[in-house]
Amino acid sequence: MKEELLKLEHLSIDYKVKGGYLSAVHDVNLSVNKGEIFAVVGESGCGKSTVAHSIMALLPGGNEHIEGKILFNGQDLRTLSKKDMEKIRGRHIGMIFQNPLDSLNPVYKTGSQVQEGILLDGIGKAEAWQKVIELYKDVKMPDAEERAHSFPHEMSGGMRQRVMIAMMLARNPALLIADEPTTALDVTIEAQILEIIKDLKKTYNTAIMLITHNFGLVAEVADRIAVMYAGEVIEYGDVFEIFHNAKHPYTRLLMKALPRKTQKEGRLQTIDGSVPRILDKKPGCRFANRCPYAMERCSLETPEETFAAETHMYRCFLAGQAGREA
Amino acid sequence: MNGNKSKETLLSCLKNINFMVGFLMLLSVLLVAVFADQIAPYGFTDQGVGPRFTPPNGEFLFGTDELGRDVLSRVIHGTRLTLWVAVLGASLQLVIGVTVGLICGYFGKWVDKFFSFLTDLTWCIPSTILALAVVTIMGKGLTNSVIAIAMVCWASYARPVRAKTMSIKTMAFVETGAAFGESSVALMFRYILPNVVPALIVMVSTTLPATILSTTTLSFLGLGSQAPSPDWGLALSNGINYIGSAPWLSIFPGIALVYTVLGFSLLGEGVRDILDPHMKSQ
Amino acid sequence: MSNMVELIDLQKHFAVSNGLFRQSKRTVKAVDNISFSVQEGEIVGIVGESGSGKTTLARVMLSLTKMTGGNVIIDGVDLSRATKKDMEKLHREIAVVFQDPASNLNPRETLESSIMRPMIIHGVPRSKAREKAREVMEMVKMDLRYLDSFPHQLSGGQLQRIAIARALALSPKIMILDEPTSALDVSVQAQILNLLLDLREQMNLTYMIITHDLNVIRYVSSKMAVMYLGQLIEFGDTETICDRPAHPYTKGLMDAAPILDPADRGREKEIMKGDPGSLIDLEIGCRFYARCKYATPECKERDPENRIVEDGHQVACIHPLKYSS
Repeated sequence: MKEELLKLEHLSIDYKVKGGYLSAVHDVNLSVNKGEIFAVVGESGCGKSTVAHSIMALLPGGNEHIEGKILFNGQDLRTLSKKDMEKIRGRHIGMIFQNPLDSLNPVYKTGSQVQEGILLDGIGKAEAWQKVIELYKDVKMPDAEERAHSFPHEMSGGMRQRVMIAMMLARNPALLIADEPTTALDVTIEAQILEIIKDLKKTYNTAIMLITHNFGLVAEVADRIAVMYAGEVIEYGDVFEIFHNAKHPYTRLLMKALPRKTQKEGRLQTIDGSVPRILDKKPGCRFANRCPYAMERCSLETPEETFAAETHMYRCFLAGQAGREA
Repeated sequence: MNGNKSKETLLSCLKNINFMVGFLMLLSVLLVAVFADQIAPYGFTDQGVGPRFTPPNGEFLFGTDELGRDVLSRVIHGTRLTLWVAVLGASLQLVIGVTVGLICGYFGKWVDKFFSFLTDLTWCIPSTILALAVVTIMGKGLTNSVIAIAMVCWASYARPVRAKTMSIKTMAFVETGAAFGESSVALMFRYILPNVVPALIVMVSTTLPATILSTTTLSFLGLGSQAPSPDWGLALSNGINYIGSAPWLSIFPGIALVYTVLGFSLLGEGVRDILDPHMKSQ
Repeated sequence: MSNMVELIDLQKHFAVSNGLFRQSKRTVKAVDNISFSVQEGEIVGIVGESGSGKTTLARVMLSLTKMTGGNVIIDGVDLSRATKKDMEKLHREIAVVFQDPASNLNPRETLESSIMRPMIIHGVPRSKAREKAREVMEMVKMDLRYLDSFPHQLSGGQLQRIAIARALALSPKIMILDEPTSALDVSVQAQILNLLLDLREQMNLTYMIITHDLNVIRYVSSKMAVMYLGQLIEFGDTETICDRPAHPYTKGLMDAAPILDPADRGREKEIMKGDPGSLIDLEIGCRFYARCKYATPECKERDPENRIVEDGHQVACIHPLKYSS
């Protein structure tokens, strides 16, 4: 049974910059269901992190302008007071980042930092410590009992990320937002962390919103994915649909740019040009200037959300026919 | 595109209140120094231009001193000395500090250990006392006292330059340079130094006030400028003798000193705001 | 074909002091007894995780750090007793491109000046260097108007092209590419990899590509070397190693490598446990011992020697994986 946990409705975020507004996120509609891994992928500057941070109300603040709704369990997070939002953060929505060292306090034992979250629930100290060790075991921390006494600097990057995950688990949030959680880690450690994330979904039924530029991660763990380009979600759907039957030219070209073959099988697909900075919101497809299939219409009208299937959305006039022959 | 960037920098300078106020204050000091001969009503050694100890009045705006010299003229001529102190002090400290910092950071190992030890040493000895010792050996005089202070204070440049050098040295463009055969000298001065400059500008503008004050202290103690120099420090120390009867002897040089130092401090703070990205992000 | 690069028992050990007051020094064996050779025109990929010594290996070849044992012979020049003239030849013949596009170029120099610099040091007249700068810019498919720009005005992909252009300025024979695409987005990575392949075809360059990305290695390289904690544990044809890895670590690395198609999710794989640990004071025995599921007591007692399992496929393991054909 699919239950919507998080729903973004017409979410747009603009930053005030010199000479106007920078459109960082534009008209994003998507939903994350309970207990699924939903990946938001895109290249640098596509707005994926901005979306993640806006859900947690963690944008730097000051010069951004947000429109639209962020519904969590039906409640619009944007209407909440700062205090209520703090309750949601950690308790109901957790977040882990690329560099766990920034999120851990260097002067406390990692175990105590995890314990803190548990103590908030009014559990006794000794019992809470027991819980910490259990959590460490859940995240497959080697030598869990001893490691609970370690300080952040005594741990490797992979262990620190495990601490972060344990810390999130302590509050057992319904949604975990993971922003590039393995980018700073070695491949073998990355694989270990991915296993933990998959386990989380299974044992705790946590919904995970995975923000990444790495298509490998997505292929490995995601149930559904949304592809972002220049602030817009240009396509979303089931992971197999997107990898094998993408409709948007950008997604298709990206899939061919992945180095999954050997040289003998031919050169990789490239996409010329670079992601534009959108300063004025004029109509038109944001990918038009790089799209090999662009027509006149593409730079005049904004493609609406089109559904190839109930769960497969794309924004393109070509109805998935672009580059079919290739 | 580069023109754009300098335009942007200019704009952020104009917008920075500290920078602009400091800049205007120093500009006024500089103009006074350049046109001292034209502005000053009398020469700074002219004695008996008026009665001794005349309080400030319409004719002698800042009054006269114990030899009947015009205090205003002396203060005006004193700006030259102060600016000379600032320029000479800063350049000496820069040359010594930057060279030592670059060498330490670049070569590392025993070279670094040796010079870092020297640096630490100058930090352990109270700087005024060390400067006193240096002046005693080299002889009294303004230039000597500036040199003395430079020999004590270069460490405040050497440390940050060393740290910056060590971090830039490991950057890819320096390694690439070394890989295609750049000499150590080229790596230090062509690759590393230009990237230390923004930090240096900040350092210079923040240490200048301290240099001026230390030099003034030496003059005050009688080791810097000697009579009949119009040096403000000397004037202060002289004025102390008459502080009860003729306070204007020390008040006006004092105000001039505070004005100049404040100008440098404000400018320094402004420059730091403009150049230092860490401060900017806050 | 001749050997362009030959590594013979190459060693780079560092001494690290052990706290403030203790005199005992400990040794970091960053690169330990590495031997393999690279033929002219070949692309050799060097894979390993952080701490495997792959970057130190590159730095030794670039003479950025001195080896402490063994030898490197590059295009006939013996690095252990290179004269000043030999070094000049090496500086011309080996070029390097590092990972971080933003720090690859001097932020205070125009791109033209950065590209011309290597030629100027090696005595190329200015006018000629300027001409060549334009030529290499065209080779990397960059618009000439960027020559007057500064690095901060360019994107990561463009900067990486400029770094490659500068590397080409002295018409090198060997290029060492240290994670050349790791900091780039997928579409840009494809552009850079294709560019590198084109350039090699045009100029018969020899590449040594250091990366942690097995997918990239498999795409570009003909031979690969796998490193683990300072040692070379497997070397051979990329295709052979990808199909039939002989070292359990290589196998684990392959299993951990990100798949690029969700259809491969069901593949048989084993997640390696633990992490590589420290390079300090390594004792005798196989360095992969603690993480290896095939380990026997023997593995802990002696260093595994290099053995040839197939033609040109060497592995340092006492119990190499076997495949029925």
